[in-house]
Amino acid sequence: MIDFETPKPIEQLNNVVETVAVNMMRPVSREMDEKEHAIPWDFINFMHTAVKSMGGTSMTPDSDKSKKDGEEKHPPIGYQRLAHMVEMLAWGDAGMYLCIPGGMLGSAAVAASGTPEQKKRFLSRFMGEKPVFDAMAMTEPQAGSDTSAIRSSAVLDEATNEWVLNGEKIFVTAGQKALIESDGFVVVWATIDPAAGRGGMRSFVVEAGTPGCKVTKQEHKLGIRASDTVSIVFQDCRIPFENILGSPTVEKSTKGFKGAMATFDATRPIIASQAVGIARATVELIKEELAKNGVEIRYGLPRQKLTSLERDVIDMEVMLRSAWLLTLKSLWMADNKIHNPKEASMAKVYAGDIVVKITQKAVELLGPLGYTRELLLEKWFRDAKITDLYEGTGQINRMVVARNMLGYRGSQLR
Amino acid sequence: MYSFKPSEEQQMLIDAIKRYAMDDLRAAAREAEEEGHLPADLVEKGWELGYLQASTPEAYDGFGERSAVTGALALEELAYGDLAGAMAVMTPALFATPILLAGSEAQKKAYIPPVIEMEWKPFTAALMEQKFDFDPNDLTTTATIEGDTIVINGEKSYVPYAADAEAMLVYANLNGATQAVIVPKETTGVAIGERQKLLGLNALPFYTVSFQNVHIPLENRLGGTEGHDFAQIVAASNVALAAMAIGVSSAALDYAIEYAKDRDVFGVKVAQKQAIAFMIAEMGTTIEAIRLLVWEAAWMIDEGKPDSSKQAYLALSGAMDAVMMVTDRAVQILGGHGYIREHPVEMWMRNGRGFAAFNGLAIV
Ligand SMILES: Cc1cc2nc3c(=O)[nH]c(=O)nc-3n(C[C@H](O)[C@H](O)[C@H](O)COP(=O)(O)OP(=O)(O)OC[C@H]3O[C@@H](n4cnc5c(N)ncnc54)[C@H](O)[C@@H]3O)c2cc1C
Repeated sequence: MIDFETPKPIEQLNNVVETVAVNMMRPVSREMDEKEHAIPWDFINFMHTAVKSMGGTSMTPDSDKSKKDGEEKHPPIGYQRLAHMVEMLAWGDAGMYLCIPGGMLGSAAVAASGTPEQKKRFLSRFMGEKPVFDAMAMTEPQAGSDTSAIRSSAVLDEATNEWVLNGEKIFVTAGQKALIESDGFVVVWATIDPAAGRGGMRSFVVEAGTPGCKVTKQEHKLGIRASDTVSIVFQDCRIPFENILGSPTVEKSTKGFKGAMATFDATRPIIASQAVGIARATVELIKEELAKNGVEIRYGLPRQKLTSLERDVIDMEVMLRSAWLLTLKSLWMADNKIHNPKEASMAKVYAGDIVVKITQKAVELLGPLGYTRELLLEKWFRDAKITDLYEGTGQINRMVVARNMLGYRGSQLR
Repeated sequence: MYSFKPSEEQQMLIDAIKRYAMDDLRAAAREAEEEGHLPADLVEKGWELGYLQASTPEAYDGFGERSAVTGALALEELAYGDLAGAMAVMTPALFATPILLAGSEAQKKAYIPPVIEMEWKPFTAALMEQKFDFDPNDLTTTATIEGDTIVINGEKSYVPYAADAEAMLVYANLNGATQAVIVPKETTGVAIGERQKLLGLNALPFYTVSFQNVHIPLENRLGGTEGHDFAQIVAASNVALAAMAIGVSSAALDYAIEYAKDRDVFGVKVAQKQAIAFMIAEMGTTIEAIRLLVWEAAWMIDEGKPDSSKQAYLALSGAMDAVMMVTDRAVQILGGHGYIREHPVEMWMRNGRGFAAFNGLAIV
């Protein structure tokens, strides 16, 4: 039965998260943006306590903790709940959202493909006294979209039963906080057999303080400046054998790699949720500014009678709402274990597009006011663009959508 | 609780309509467009699928309840086959559904059963007028109350099947508000004009109709002497048109995909070119996104949510842009062949543009 009613538990949580966004994020949003590499500790400590008191790493999608006996009759809503939280936090501040401890792509990877042993070893740290961070390192200077081109290597030293990592990773979100500011970890992608292509790619957990692992650079960015983006160099970096996620043997198949891709089915719509959060903030601000100036949007009129301004705002509302519904649908599918790679990428493509259009149009519409740093609008314009870039650029996700629609393999459309 | 899955019953309806839409409507669409005529048995077959009957309560001789969501699903499928055929099959709803939504009990009892009991008959409605900035809430056609009669004056256009109409709902401006009046067959002062020639939808007979001092008993005012709320009729119509726009879009997309996977260029299939594949990805993504907006608007109508009118307006706004974008690209993907009338995409492109003009030509 088609239904658009927000589930009660989500609505309640949403109210709580909104309070956080309004009181803990918006007031410092501008300051954190201007200070670029400063870390929003007040917010982080608050979130750490809050998340802990809620019973754990609620920022990690598939925490199967939520499945208690007797809850069977309710369909699962874990991802849908997460989408709402992320949307609201990104509405608060997209950069600060990325600073929330224990909820990034590293722990998602461990949760998705770690053994029970590994989950315990690596994920329990998020429940400690102090906030702990995680990160995921795939991208390299010569390998971005084309992940098969990564060169970082992992070689097993049989004498010590350790993996020896060498290589350079760039653009690692929260790498600084994971490796320097806390006892966190980075999930690093490397090849155990350069000749095997994607079949040789594996992910490894590298913990903070491991010798041979060094943060070498912090990027200066267009937006999401509260979030650190770093380069990491691995030089004969030794980690225990048990830190490999998934099978240690080279297989013909690309199962390991496909495992990494499968997490995209959840993470891409989560990026879409960020995009929608920024877009909603923007549309709300535009409507408020217009209302303050006595401009009312006359819904229901034929287009020929609308002002250009009204048409723009109406278009924004159409884009915003449809993007959100597309995002929700892709995660509703994930919750209900319906295969969703097409819908996940559709959500990412569409939301990444519309948030860029909406923020750019909004700065235009507010003229001199839109361009100043008095409002957060110009910041959202800068923040928005990242959602069309990371977790697969708009182009890469269009390719995923097209392949799925056309029934093509990677070799047929690249 | 969110859910994006039609109920089993809805799915059965969708499947039945899809078969009819493809085997009958689509199969006949090109000839109907060129000849300017839809065969009566084709329309009758669609009518017998019983969608309108199933959304009319038993009290008025139907066998179900109205659901805008089910309506949106049904109309999308019908329009997927052929827009003109879909609108023809659903023309009697333009008369019956507003009565169901806003009519007085007596009007429902009197006017709905004859529509749904029988075979398809041209019951219709007259809303649109020939001017560039036509606005359903600011009509030129007037209604004035004189004692216990209503007097209608004005000129309507895009009235489907007006020439043979059994009865029609006529919308007019009554002291600034749009109100509908039930106008029986052969009423004095009603003159059917020429059949209209349009950019698309040539299979469907549209007429101009003029009203000159047409006197109608006041009790024929929709809702009774006190009238009715026009907004809910607009919302139901906007959702219906939006759903149909999605159906047309979806038809064009599927046709383009099939063609692009078959046709060779430069040693590969057309679809293997990123410039084409990315267009296809965007077409599919937009359709999926706007379809959800349409569903949500329909759901809000069913749930009686306060913002349903606005949402329906947004849905149609999104859908009219989507259908133009998608049908244009479908022609582009077929290249020069898309411009030839052997393929349906040029027709869909013409029909697609119509959603910018259509007002009240469908209803859920
Ligand atoms: C702020 C930020 C945070 C990030 N965080 C992380 C992180 O935590 N972990 C991590 O591993 N990475 C991270 N990234 C990296 C990000 O995922 C990559 O930048 C992205 O995947 C694109 O890679 P690239 O920059 O090398 O661009 P390239 O791959 O060089 O692409 C350049 C252009 O070519 C296009 N292109 C590439 N291939 C194709 C193709 N086959 N067809 C058509 N067009 C194509 C792209 O869309 C793009 O427009 C982050 C990046 C940024 C900016």
